[in-house]
Amino acid sequence: MSEPVVLHLDSVTKRFGSFAANDNISITLHRGEVVALLGENGAGKTTLMNILFGHYVPDEGEVYINGSKIAQGKPKEAIAAGVGMVHQHFSLAKNLTVLENVMTGTEPLLGWKSDTAKGRQKLRALEQKFGLSVDADARVGDLSVGEQQRVEILKALYNDARILILDEPTGVLTQQEAEGLFQTLRVMAQDGLSIIFISHKLNEVMKGADRVVVLRAGKVIAERATSQTSKEELAELMVGRRVERPVREASTPGAVVVRARDVVVQAGAVTRLSGISFDIRAGETLGIVGVSGNGQAALCDLVAGVVPADSGAFEIDGHPVAQLTPRDLSGMNVGRTPEDRNTQGAVGELTLWENAVLERISDPRFSRQGFLRKAPARAYCQALIERFDVRGGTPNSRISLLSGGNMQKLILGRSLVQRPVFLLAAQPTRGLDEGAIAAIHEDILAARKGGTAVLLVSEDLDEVISLSDRIMAIHAGQLSPAVDAQGVDARQLGLMMAGEWGGMR
Amino acid sequence: MRIERRQNQPKALLIVAPMLAVLAALSLAGILIALAGVPVLAAYKSLFVGAFGSKFAITETLTRATPLIVTGLAAAVAFRARIWNIGAEGQFYMGALLATVFGFQNFLGLPSFALIPALFLAGALAGMVMLVIPLGLRLRFGVDEVVTTLLLNFVVLLFVSMMLDGPMKDPLAFGWPQSVPIVDEGLLPKIIERTRLHLGLIIAIAAAVLIYVINAFTVFGLEAKAAGFNPAAAKFAGVPFQMTLIKVACLSGGLAGLAGAIEVMGVKGQLSNDLSASFGYTGIVVAMLASLNPIGVIFAAIFTAMMFVGAESMSRSFGIPSFIADVVVSLSLLTMLVAIFFSNYRIRK
Repeated sequence: MSEPVVLHLDSVTKRFGSFAANDNISITLHRGEVVALLGENGAGKTTLMNILFGHYVPDEGEVYINGSKIAQGKPKEAIAAGVGMVHQHFSLAKNLTVLENVMTGTEPLLGWKSDTAKGRQKLRALEQKFGLSVDADARVGDLSVGEQQRVEILKALYNDARILILDEPTGVLTQQEAEGLFQTLRVMAQDGLSIIFISHKLNEVMKGADRVVVLRAGKVIAERATSQTSKEELAELMVGRRVERPVREASTPGAVVVRARDVVVQAGAVTRLSGISFDIRAGETLGIVGVSGNGQAALCDLVAGVVPADSGAFEIDGHPVAQLTPRDLSGMNVGRTPEDRNTQGAVGELTLWENAVLERISDPRFSRQGFLRKAPARAYCQALIERFDVRGGTPNSRISLLSGGNMQKLILGRSLVQRPVFLLAAQPTRGLDEGAIAAIHEDILAARKGGTAVLLVSEDLDEVISLSDRIMAIHAGQLSPAVDAQGVDARQLGLMMAGEWGGMR
Repeated sequence: MRIERRQNQPKALLIVAPMLAVLAALSLAGILIALAGVPVLAAYKSLFVGAFGSKFAITETLTRATPLIVTGLAAAVAFRARIWNIGAEGQFYMGALLATVFGFQNFLGLPSFALIPALFLAGALAGMVMLVIPLGLRLRFGVDEVVTTLLLNFVVLLFVSMMLDGPMKDPLAFGWPQSVPIVDEGLLPKIIERTRLHLGLIIAIAAAVLIYVINAFTVFGLEAKAAGFNPAAAKFAGVPFQMTLIKVACLSGGLAGLAGAIEVMGVKGQLSNDLSASFGYTGIVVAMLASLNPIGVIFAAIFTAMMFVGAESMSRSFGIPSFIADVVVSLSLLTMLVAIFFSNYRIRK
């Protein structure tokens, strides 16, 4: 490209402990160019953007803007050098107006009064130039998510940004809003701005970017011009050829334990699950893959009995779940491991034993006439600790003191200890180290072998491929047809996760 | 040097931390006393003698502590479940008002042993309603209960004034805003003759023990804590979230209402709009001083009562304004917050 280089990352490495989130990454960005940073969750995209913007200090390497090195760890310098960032989670003050939000930080702190007339004029000029219309006097809290994003972009432009970084910009947008966004980005690029956006969606990368940088496990795996690549190639590059892990043994599934037919779940006006159907048999594991935010949370809440289906039939072991409480499910020997151990899995301020028995507290073993039976509850917790090798705490210590892996082992243990008929394992190994992952995989495989029907929801493809019998992808609240886990390849899963299963039916 | 979270809280700190906090508060207030040109130790001695130096002083201190124990429990119960009940003052007055209404009418002509529990119940019910309504607004519409409970206090105070100037006005009170007295059967018996110390103290201590048992030994106590600290996890574990919080609100509001009933039946015998010396608000301080521990509330209430009763005698002997009691209590709250921090964390070099 003949345009000058505006941004250059030179051999950037960032480690968290011994884990290299970014490993020797070099990227250049030219004037007027749109570059997509493609990668799975945890590939190191967001870390890289935070280095660029000055939130993190890299352990090695430098960042150059317009040829001059910028001081690291100082967002102010990055802003002054013309970098604007649009975060995944907007950093706007909801109780202020659009204009106030945009002007925040641009005026001296101890000024006599803010020059709103001038600010309004500049904002209007920007709106017209790039076709980003918003009402300058609307309260940000009243705007739609798409409009809020426009405000974020305007805010960056107002700060005279010439390099715009967008972190997962379409994650929260509707299809139409996303298309509008990419049109805007085009206009900006034509005006000479340079843009980097982060994404794990193949479609928008192909549509929105001139060039793609693929990250995997903290390294730059490949760079392609979008005109010279295909979705299939990108999917394979992003997911990578995987090392075969020891997998499940073959087994003959038994009777159907879980049955979902045309289940719809809505949250307010938003449809989270639109007509999903699946069966899980005893001794069988169904794996659900997908990019986060495509309905996994709703699926898990549905299966866990926390959220009812708005229509359709959902049964576990012959019982319609709509009439059951989470406690009934625990009583029916359904093991439930939620997506997020800290928000749903455990109450951090309670002790290990309290967390171990909370979901089955009305069990006569653990309470009698409203009074706790602490000794049996502690003994039960101690047994969990020993059987599932939970380290770092006694039944009486607060659960928040445990490491993520040990907390997860306890939560999974309390779901597994009774040989459940059905196990929900949602993101069972997210954020865990290899040792803990192996232990948890072993436990899930053992449950399957013992005849438990397992629903495994995970973003980790290796995990899903090695543990599941069948795999479905979830995309925009819909489930793909199931594929056999035996012999499935990463490219196919990548396409399924992008919602490209049209040809499969 | 850095600060890190303690792995386990040493048990001794539960006792030692509040002691150190109180000591620090007394030292800080001592500076003010010294500035007033008064010998600090002598002043504190007179404070202590004023609060505990005689049988009469002790009974006065305990009489003052009685409503504080109960409002302290009201705050402790609610805060433990993360319900920010700032409305104990209003609940206190509504409890006192309802107890008075039934107490001076005594429709059924009940004897003492039946009338007293009935009036307690009336007071508690009034308090419950006053807290369940704000909680319902929070659960249904997300209205912050800090605001609603706080503002309801002023509504209740005005309502009480209206009633005292209207339907409940005592015609024999020479125009003073006070109610018709409660019949003798509705008054609490004295524990010690010729003092003001009444049965309410026993009730208050029994309530503290009861709350301790609920917190430590019942399913409800565990569920309340879980629901307060992490609603999502509690719901996932099948804790009946809304019902649990409503029960907590009934308990908290009920206690604050009961405190009002006890005070009116035990001390004044009739409702007036100076029945509470900010007992509802001070209850919050008491609960915090006790780190929300119900047994600790008893001691925190006695400490607070000691400061207020003793400061009056100190003020008589040395001419120091009795507001010093407010200063000490406020400082104790601040130092206690620091102490709570350091019992959860420690400093590492």
